[in-house]
Formats: sequence, C-alpha cells, structure tokens
Amino acid sequence: MEVRVENVRKEFDRFPALHDVSLDIRSGELIALLGPSGSGKTTLLRLIAGLERPTAGRIFFGDTDASEKSVQERNIGFVFQHYALFRHMTILENVSFGLKVRPRSTRPPAGEIRRRAMELLDLVQLSGLEKRYPNQLSGGQRQRVALARALAIEPGVLLLDEPFGALDAQVRRELRKWLREIHDRTGHTTVFVTHDQEEALELADRLCVMSQGKIEQVGSPDSVYDKPTSPFVFGFIGESSELPVSVDKGDIWLGDRPIGIAGAQAQGQQRLFFRPHDIELVEGGAALAGVVASSRRVGGTRRVELDIGGAAHRVEIDLPFDHPAAERSQIAFRPKRWALFPAT
Amino acid sequence: MAMAINSSAHRLVSPTNEPTWVRWTLILVGVLFMALFLVLPLVAVFSEAFRQGIGAYFDALRQPDALSAIRLTLLVAAIAVPLNVVFGIAASWAIAKYEFKGKAFLTTLIDLPFSVSPVISGLVYVLLFGSGSLLGPWLKSYGIEILFAVPGIVLATIFVTFPFVARELIPLMQDQGTGDEEAALSLGASGWQTFWRVTLPNIKWGLLYGVLLCNARAMGEFGAVAVVSGKIRGQTTTMPLQVEMFYNEYQGTAAFALASLLALLALVTLVLKTVLEWRFSDELAATGRGH
Repeated sequence: MEVRVENVRKEFDRFPALHDVSLDIRSGELIALLGPSGSGKTTLLRLIAGLERPTAGRIFFGDTDASEKSVQERNIGFVFQHYALFRHMTILENVSFGLKVRPRSTRPPAGEIRRRAMELLDLVQLSGLEKRYPNQLSGGQRQRVALARALAIEPGVLLLDEPFGALDAQVRRELRKWLREIHDRTGHTTVFVTHDQEEALELADRLCVMSQGKIEQVGSPDSVYDKPTSPFVFGFIGESSELPVSVDKGDIWLGDRPIGIAGAQAQGQQRLFFRPHDIELVEGGAALAGVVASSRRVGGTRRVELDIGGAAHRVEIDLPFDHPAAERSQIAFRPKRWALFPAT
Repeated sequence: MAMAINSSAHRLVSPTNEPTWVRWTLILVGVLFMALFLVLPLVAVFSEAFRQGIGAYFDALRQPDALSAIRLTLLVAAIAVPLNVVFGIAASWAIAKYEFKGKAFLTTLIDLPFSVSPVISGLVYVLLFGSGSLLGPWLKSYGIEILFAVPGIVLATIFVTFPFVARELIPLMQDQGTGDEEAALSLGASGWQTFWRVTLPNIKWGLLYGVLLCNARAMGEFGAVAVVSGKIRGQTTTMPLQVEMFYNEYQGTAAFALASLLALLALVTLVLKTVLEWRFSDELAATGRGH
C-alpha cells in the first residue's frame, strides 16, 4: 500500500519535533528513515502508525485519508525496538494475539488462527519454540517473534522502530539479511527507522535522511551516498572530510594555493567535501599536500590522517594497506569526487 | 614478615565486610529486638487466648458480640478493598501512562493517608457528616446515616487504606511503560481488550500484593474507625474495637481470642507476602528488580 505524508507537523508541549514533512512511500518498497537521535524519525514513524496525532498535516494510506483513523483502524504492523512481547503469553499466543482480539464476525476459527500462527513461526524460522515464553528466547529470536506477530494481522504497512537497535552486532547483521529476504518474499510496504547508516544502506530500497525534524534527502542508497545534497548528508552518510575553500573562475583554492580541481560552478567561499576513498595520489602539480599525523590499518586499507596547512585542517584519506605512510612524511593527493556547499 | 602476611590476608576481605565480632553483635541486637517487640507479644496473644483451654477459646468467639464484630469487619473489608483496587488501578494507570498537569500533586495526595494520623482522618469524617455539619443533617433528612453507622466505618477504612494498591502499582506500571499497550493496540485490540489481556496480567502479582496489604490494614484499622463508629455494641464494633471493649470489661480470654484472629490474619498475610516476593520478585515494584 502507498503511504503519503503531507505537510505533517508535530509538536510536543510546544516543542517542535517535526516541521512540515512530506514523504511519498511507494507500494511494496523497503524504505529507511535514517537520522541521528532527535531528528524526528521515530516521531514520523509513530505518526504513520497512529500512535501519535499530528499537530497539522495529513497522512494518506492509498487514497484514503488515515489522519483521523485510530491505530486499530489503520491495519499496520508495528515492531518495537524492545520487542514489547506479551511476557505472560507463549510465543504462539503472542503471534495469534492480533487475530484472537478481532470481533467475532471477522475472527477466523481457532484452528485457522493456530495454523496461520504456526505458518508465520515457520517463516521466521522459529518452529518448535511456540510453547516457550518470551524470556526463554534470545534477543534476536524475540525480535523475530515480534515480526511474526505484526505480520499475523496481514498489515497494509509494516513499521519497524529501530528493530535491531537492542541486538549485538553479529545478530544484527544476520537479522538484516533475513529481514530483506522476508520483505522480498512477502512484499509488504515496509518503513524502518534506524540511526545506523550501514544498516540503512544495506537494507533499504530508498533512504529518507532526516535531521532536526526535517527531511534532508530522499533517494536510493547509491544516489544518497554518491550525490549528497547537503553538508549534513555528506557528513552523516559514510565518512567524509571537509575543507574551507574559495572558488575563483572555476578553480578551487585552499588558502593561497590552487588544489588542482577545476570546473567548479560556484563562486566565493565554499565548503569542500570528499570521501576518504575518493582520492588519487599525485606526484607534482597542484594538489592538496599534507603531513601524516597518524596512520592505522583498517582491514584491507590504510586510513591516514593528514594535517594540511600546518595543523589548521585535518582530513582523512584511504591508501592501500601496504603504502608506507610513515609519520611526518609528505603526501600529495586530489579528490576524485567531491562536492561544494556555500559557506554559511 | 608477620605484618606482611597480616596485611595480605586483610586485603582478601571485601571492603564492605565488617569484622566477625561486629557482624555477630549487629545480628544479636537485631534478633533480640525482634524477639522482644514482635515475637513475645505474638506468643502472649495466643497463650492468653488459650489460657482457659480450647473450649473457652471457641466459646469466647461464639459470643454474639464477637460474631457480629467479625461479620462487620469482613463486610467493611469486602467493600473497602475492591473499591481501593478500582481506585488504585485507575490512579496508577493515569499516573504511570499519561502526562498531565498536577501529576506530582496527585501522587502526593495519594500518600496523604500515610502521613495523617488515623484519628485525624476519623475526625475529618465527624466534622463532615456530624450533626453540626452541613452534610450530616441533610443526609439524615433522607434517612441516610453516615456517622456511628456502617457507612462511616467503610468511608474511614477506605481513606486509611487508600494508598496501598496505588503505591504498589505506580512504580510497577511506570517501569513497564506503555510499549505492551501500544503493541496490543497496533494489533487491533480495543482499549478494554488491551486492559484485560495485556495490562492486568502484567500487574497481577503486584496487584495481589497490594490487595493483601490493603486487606490486612482494612481489617486491623483502629484509630479512624474508633472515632466514627460510636462503638455501638453488636452494631458498629469491628474486631479491633471489640477487642478493646472486651479487654476493658476484664474479659481477657474473649479479648485475646478475638485478637488471636487478627494476629493470625497478620501471619497469613506475612506468609503470602513472602511467597509473592520470593516467587515473583521481578514483577513486584517494591522489592527491586533483581534478576
């Protein structure tokens, strides 16, 4: 189901949590709301769910206006960061809950409820654990139960609030892959909130990057990573370094030296952003030259911190791991891909 | 050399541990104090009650005055405890799950009966419903007696036992948060279904604990009830009041026999409370969250 968020604003006790946010969520896609804490991503998710009421604006599910509908009427599946499993019910009872509380007229017969719940437990690979209680399961298993429980009511939209936030790194990676598989099999429109950019880049069809109650950028992981449209996104998604530069007739200057990049559209004082791995080493000619301040090997590459212009600026670049990069040695490089944003 | 060994042995002792003699002294003081002030009176109650044999004990309990006191106490508890359960759940629900102005004030208000002397609580009702008040004569003109009648006793008991359930549930519900309720609502459950199927099961042991304490206090309350009851023999005397009356009339066996019932109630409450704490400690707010 498509979900359309139109000019939604939300205030908590006069404190604005979301300013005038609009977002189109396509049917069947897996979209990530990504941002630091306090960016309003969870608030937006809870507004879509109906767990909060917007101060202004509207939310459409398909063509119907869901703004005035209660959370029960919206038919959503919600997965909480801390699972929120019913501790006094078995796993099977947890998964069947949504069907059991339906009014008699729409409630499937008991046998059918049980069959569907068992089917879902099979889907989330927990067959055989249906008689256990939540506190007898690991964190990863609990979150899978929570997902099965949300899927049991055949929701139009699946909403996940930091679903892997409380899990350790290993389990998180496994569950990520597994959630993607489930999504591809069931095809639910899925919105999930995360502050982990790696998780968002790996899992989502599209990212919605948020900061301070506003949407900064929406797009595919590649486009958000390769073409960030704001300094915030450049800094938040992936790693980047920033230098204050000036642009004169298309040439970029750092202080009184050209750095060997031409073709800039802007003019005047600018902020130059580039990523550590988007650089090339150069010998001679105009370039950024720095002194190695520290160098450490990170897996298959060498991460080098360079002091540029004395110790005025520090940037990070990636070199092959067998590059010597001895401390205090000089290294000259040019960014291959970069972006300029006006200095404020 | 000896010093060195001594100091290394010293280091093995945990820094929060006291020397043996200090520990034993403290334990001894604690045990003696308990024996003197708790166990001894309890033993005295039962030994006095049975001094003239089992027959006399049961005869004393079969007197019409004793029977009517027992009946009235059960009636008062049967009204006060359920009302305080309803009130306690409603108040703790409001305080734990919603944000509203005056929340801190309401929390303080709930504690009021703990900080006010029971006699004062009783006097408040006398002032409110007495013959010199506005409400008393007006109610009387409709044939409703509050003071020196059962309704007054019930009211005073409700007031005094008012915090027990709420005090137990508020921290528990605050600790559990609203996640489970939100999950239930998102799965399509109505407000009532959420309460009966999710909230109530989550707090049931804490609730039972509160009910237990509330009931013990409701049956044992003396001060507030003494002021409003008027002590009409066979009509408005609860068990604690009847114990006092028997005692003042030199009916030692009857007084202690009735008192032994209250003591027994206390012991049963204590046992049940300990069982609850031992079995469901992680679902009770009062006893910490040890796992």
